[in-house]
Amino acid sequence: MKENYRKERIARSIKARSDDIYALTSYREMWYLLFPRVIPIIGIALVAYFLPLYWKKVIITTCIFAMLAVSWDFLSNCGLLSLGQALFFGIGSYAAGSLDHYLHLPVYVTIPVATIMGGFISTIILLPVVRLRGIYFAMVTLILPLMLMRLIEATKILGGTEGITGLSPFPNVWVEITLILAAMWASLFGLRRFIASDYGLIFVSMRDNDRATMASGINIYAFKAQSLFIGSSICAFCGAFMTHSYQFTGMPVFAMEFSILPIAAASIGGIGTLAGPLVGAMILVPLSEILREFGTLRIVFYGLILVVCVVALPEGIFHYASRKYNEMERWVKIE
Amino acid sequence: MIVYSMLIYGLINSAILALMALGFNLAFGISGVANFAYGAIYIVGGFITWTLISTLNIPYAISAISAIIIMGVFGALIYKFIIKRIRGLVMSEVIATFGISIVLLELLRYVGLIGFKYSLPVFIEGSVEILGAFVDIQRLLIIGLMVLIIIALYLFTHYTKTGLAFRGIAQEEHTSLSLGINPDRIASLSMGIGSALGTFAAIVILPLGTITVDSGYDVLISALSVCIVGGLGSTFGVIIASFIIGYAQTITAMYLAPHWTMLVSLLAILIILAVKPSGLLGHQKELEERV
Amino acid sequence: MALLEVQGITKAFGGVKALDDVSVRVEENTLLGIIGPNGSGKTTLVNTITGFVRPDTGSVLFKGKDVIGLPPYRITNMGIGRAFQMVKPFFHLPAFKNIIVPLSSPRVRASSGGRFGDKDAVALDVLEEVGFERDSSVPYKAASVLPHGYLKRLELARLLALKSEIFILDELFSGLSIAEVTSIIPIIEKILLDGKTVIMVEHRLKELFRIANKVIVLNYGKKIKEGLPKEILEDEEVKKAYLGVEV
Ligand SMILES: Nc1ncnc2c1ncn2[C@@H]1O[C@H](COP(=O)(O)OP(=O)(O)OP(=O)(O)O)[C@@H](O)[C@H]1O
Ligand SMILES: [Mg+2]
Repeated sequence: MKENYRKERIARSIKARSDDIYALTSYREMWYLLFPRVIPIIGIALVAYFLPLYWKKVIITTCIFAMLAVSWDFLSNCGLLSLGQALFFGIGSYAAGSLDHYLHLPVYVTIPVATIMGGFISTIILLPVVRLRGIYFAMVTLILPLMLMRLIEATKILGGTEGITGLSPFPNVWVEITLILAAMWASLFGLRRFIASDYGLIFVSMRDNDRATMASGINIYAFKAQSLFIGSSICAFCGAFMTHSYQFTGMPVFAMEFSILPIAAASIGGIGTLAGPLVGAMILVPLSEILREFGTLRIVFYGLILVVCVVALPEGIFHYASRKYNEMERWVKIE
Repeated sequence: MIVYSMLIYGLINSAILALMALGFNLAFGISGVANFAYGAIYIVGGFITWTLISTLNIPYAISAISAIIIMGVFGALIYKFIIKRIRGLVMSEVIATFGISIVLLELLRYVGLIGFKYSLPVFIEGSVEILGAFVDIQRLLIIGLMVLIIIALYLFTHYTKTGLAFRGIAQEEHTSLSLGINPDRIASLSMGIGSALGTFAAIVILPLGTITVDSGYDVLISALSVCIVGGLGSTFGVIIASFIIGYAQTITAMYLAPHWTMLVSLLAILIILAVKPSGLLGHQKELEERV
Repeated sequence: MALLEVQGITKAFGGVKALDDVSVRVEENTLLGIIGPNGSGKTTLVNTITGFVRPDTGSVLFKGKDVIGLPPYRITNMGIGRAFQMVKPFFHLPAFKNIIVPLSSPRVRASSGGRFGDKDAVALDVLEEVGFERDSSVPYKAASVLPHGYLKRLELARLLALKSEIFILDELFSGLSIAEVTSIIPIIEKILLDGKTVIMVEHRLKELFRIANKVIVLNYGKKIKEGLPKEILEDEEVKKAYLGVEV
């Protein structure tokens, strides 16, 4: 008779583990928890600070996309499927650019103001859509950035097709790197903590079932607006940051790439974990830098990732890795 | 004078929009799948027709029909091999079809789909004078074909067995299941017909310009805009929205400037979202689905 | 004045008249049963009362205030809670976290003086009331792996957490074994003892008739009968509507 085996999974348990209190009993356990958090932080910081300038810029771009991906995942966790991170990104970028160009405000004012302003404008524009369910939000967010591009092209406002150049740069590249790294880790760990809190729970519940959230007496539109504001503010920050990093803002900030790459990163990394999309971006962006000579074929590659990951590998890297890390597996015979 | 040509050109423009949107809307109304690869299918369909005509020297009519069939089958296959596995997960459906769209369009861009040689011939050369305005025959054909397609769709959904099954699934999936209608078959068929309609629209409309990758995205945007304004899944709503946006665009182009036309849809979307988010005749009421 | 007064509700979906001029009064601290064949409009009636569907005509007065047109969360916060026929838990969340969401609603916040204790503990208390064993692992399991019986209890727990005044239970018993139903009935009786009002939509007539104070019968969207359980049992018209269904 053929012998059948099945895989048994056992959680590597830490003795007393509740929601946010860990009763650690040994250094080993402490390391077990800290290792996956500390190593990436140190690793990326080392790479960012010590590699030559070209790769510093790549790391910066990577962090920007990682934040866009984390924000995308946060929105999708709240039941809002965005196909247009470029919208939020672009609004933030133009906001920072205009504040600098027209009002001559310094960098440390434009970035925070553009972040809030970007979040605010995006939320106002999309507020009517969050009342509708399903794909409406996806459709509208896909359309709007492309249309805003046309708007700028046609009306020639905000620099028209030329964009706004000669914006003020960061004082130096060290400030730039420190800022983006801090922002990225803050948004990742901040959001992860947020959605695990009692208040954040309401946001996640909307993805599972917004009818039931409503039948729990929660005004889901207010909460969707809040999640929209949080998600789009993060993107707006990225836009504002990029504007000063390149000292330029213009129509390309609404480009599809800013919408597609974050989704591809999230699909590869694992949707729903916030950390997964960051991992995905850390892989995809440097990779696409290496593949630069293939030109637009890179975008084909992102598209393929979307289809393949979503259909065939919905788990994603992060889920897989955390399963391997947190659980022991062994084959046991089926009697 | 100007008013007449505005009337005529507005009608043509509306017909173009309606043709572009009908396929997307049909597939969505029946299968519930928003096919974000629709714009790509439109362009690929046009490109296949062009290839058949220009490189294989196959007659126009045969090329066109082959392209429509190929893309129809392609749409059905997308459902069968991709959507079916992720059915019901709206997020996955959207991401997957969007991914397909990107793969197709950017692949075409990579192989170098750019330039004037990529254009389809018109069906009948020449133009006629109507009320003092000169109009290409091709443009008049577009109006006629749109009317024809709408009548055909109506007859199909009201008088054929498959069409009735379509409407059954769209209205009452569970009851239809118990009547022995296979929803997967119907859904893949509707995706196929939607894609075929998209290709048909491409073959009719593309002779007015050249086949470009970016117009793939534009077609998707136009289709989505019309559907948002008209109300997703409502054929009648889509037709009305096409006329509103179509005329508004024509008027804008005549009295302002052509490059303002895209803003008309933007404005229409923003207004409808503020006033009646589910669209003019939207089935998808804000709350009223089954709970 | 009755606690809840439904007056002349009509609702058509396309050509289907799901509700046709339905009126009913629900007195405080009673149990109203709503019965009727499949598709007779019972769930639609529940949906109108709770704001998920807007009727074409008619009004729903709760403590004398018309609630038609209010969004569902406002109605919930006024004290009308409903359990869904198709269970709707938050699948990704553990069972007790499911209860945190209603515990965060304005209604509960107001009743606890704007302050919360430890919400987890309250949630576990509520779950215990509906039969989740506190010391087992069940309340901590993700809702996606819970068996059907527990999901039904979770629906009930949500209403308890909300401290609802009216509990609308849409086919709470469907898909449950007799043993499970017998274990839930005392919970409902306790809710009544606490002075709350219950509306039950049911196909399990035997169990319903044992606890109901009043029953209304819907057929094709029309209210064809209203009365005490035993009057309903003997009614010819009801029997005809239920032909083939054992009463
Ligand atoms: N959102 C909707 N859109 C269209 N038709 C609907 C909708 N909701 C209900 N209906 C229709 O209204 C009628 C009444 O449905 P309802 O769900 O209220 O019946 P019910 O009495 O709850 O049935 P069951 O015992 O099967 O739960 C049915 O014919 C149904 O198809
Ligand atoms: Mg029902």
